[in-house]
Amino acid sequence: MNDKMHPQDWRPSAGLRVLQLRARVLHFARAFFAQRQVLEVETPLLCSTANPDPHIENFTTTYVGPQAAQGMDLYLQSSPEFAMKRLLSAGSGPIFQICKSFRQAEWGAQHNPEFTILEWYRPGFDIAALMSEIEALMHGLFENESAHGVQNLQTTQIISYQEAFLSTLGIDPLNASLTELMDCVKHQGVNVYGMHSEGRDAWLDVLMSHCVQPRLGHNRLTFVSEYPVSQAALARINPHNPKTALRFELFLDGVELANGFHELANAEEQRIRFQQDLAVRKRHNQPQPPMDEYLLQALAKGLPDCSGVAVGLDRVIMRLAQATQVNDVMAFPFGRV
Amino acid sequence: MAIYTTNDLRSGMKLMIDGAPWSIVDVDFVKPGKGQAFARVKMRNLQTRRVVEKTFKSGESMESADVMDTEMQYLYNDGDHWHFMHPDTFEQVAANKDVVGDTAQWLKEQAMCTVTLWNNEPIEIVPPNFVELEIVETDPGIRGDTASGGTKPATLETGAVVKVPLFVEQNEKVKVDTRTGDYVGRVKE
Repeated sequence: MNDKMHPQDWRPSAGLRVLQLRARVLHFARAFFAQRQVLEVETPLLCSTANPDPHIENFTTTYVGPQAAQGMDLYLQSSPEFAMKRLLSAGSGPIFQICKSFRQAEWGAQHNPEFTILEWYRPGFDIAALMSEIEALMHGLFENESAHGVQNLQTTQIISYQEAFLSTLGIDPLNASLTELMDCVKHQGVNVYGMHSEGRDAWLDVLMSHCVQPRLGHNRLTFVSEYPVSQAALARINPHNPKTALRFELFLDGVELANGFHELANAEEQRIRFQQDLAVRKRHNQPQPPMDEYLLQALAKGLPDCSGVAVGLDRVIMRLAQATQVNDVMAFPFGRV
Repeated sequence: MAIYTTNDLRSGMKLMIDGAPWSIVDVDFVKPGKGQAFARVKMRNLQTRRVVEKTFKSGESMESADVMDTEMQYLYNDGDHWHFMHPDTFEQVAANKDVVGDTAQWLKEQAMCTVTLWNNEPIEIVPPNFVELEIVETDPGIRGDTASGGTKPATLETGAVVKVPLFVEQNEKVKVDTRTGDYVGRVKE
């Protein structure tokens, strides 16, 4: 027993009623996708490669034993995205998964390093079609809890990243210069330290997380679409506006709940983005995970035109349980494991 | 002087930021799913007492503040300053009204207090959790009324006003919790 341990810490930190709510949410989501003929799949949580996104750090471990006497380096997955895309390229059709995901160095009121993702992919869906399916699922979850005192959500809002900034801050996130963004942060009264040579995106992240996001989705789903192309991640570039990508996020009461893409299917472009990510990692002395050649092969073989989304299920459950800490909806969060 | 990073931050930790000493009130981790992580920190300026919010990019490092908590004895108030003495070295420091603030109402001569020193200057005075003080003014007691649960205001010798039960008399000594200002009980001499 270490000195930080409390004699009651063996107990779950979520109450039984919240654990029952969690079970209802899982059951509802599975029924929702079964009814829509979306196949439930399971993919490995331990893989030999990892997402090279410089803002995501991975847990690593090593397998030693038969077939790997010298040891095999493994990464706990930060999301099931790459493996699910391999299934899509192999002809799975629409698929969903509810699984644990792992992110190093993310622990706070709304973050637990091990958390639950609900992720699904829809061949033939564009972003608008996927958003409306997300809305149907979310509204269904809220209605399903009405017997437990949960109020239905108001009408959903869809705005672009640009509109979100313009309406709350009066600044154009796609065209403002670095200096203008820094001035805006100052003008908003945000004191930031440690931003020495950061580019526009880090300053946009400051504005988004401190000033814009808290005002998004008051008692309703707010989808923010068309993220700047510099934050495209694994989304396609918007054919109608090359300054933006076909990426969206979902917010409810100022909390980020989901991230979705019209999925990038071009293997060559994907390889270039991975290389760019790895170059940034190298500059910042971050670990260099090997590139996922399986994913690149799958994309080269042909990923069906599709949209996909990852939902942070713990945060959805937080909102349904009216909890303010992710600890309140997990049986054994970090600190009790 | 210790160097901390954002991962070290905890409430109660003392830091030097922009040349001033700060005490951390609360820390939150903020991160967009696909973006830069930050520590969002509520902190109190130990000189001005003001609480402000500051944001640190994850991984940013900062210096600890050379702040020391010392047990010192309260000596007297000369009208402008409250004087404290270290019981072993007899070293004395004087704290002004801004530093002493509301704590003044609990300070009785000879009491041991926690004096926070920065560069040997007092920046915070914390009184003992419990003090025993005499009532100098209150309405006459209702003898034997220990059941009604009623209270009345009583002025203590240091100037503090606390709520006491109706049966408590003027010139009696009472024990008070300075953190809440609540009456705890009568002190039998």
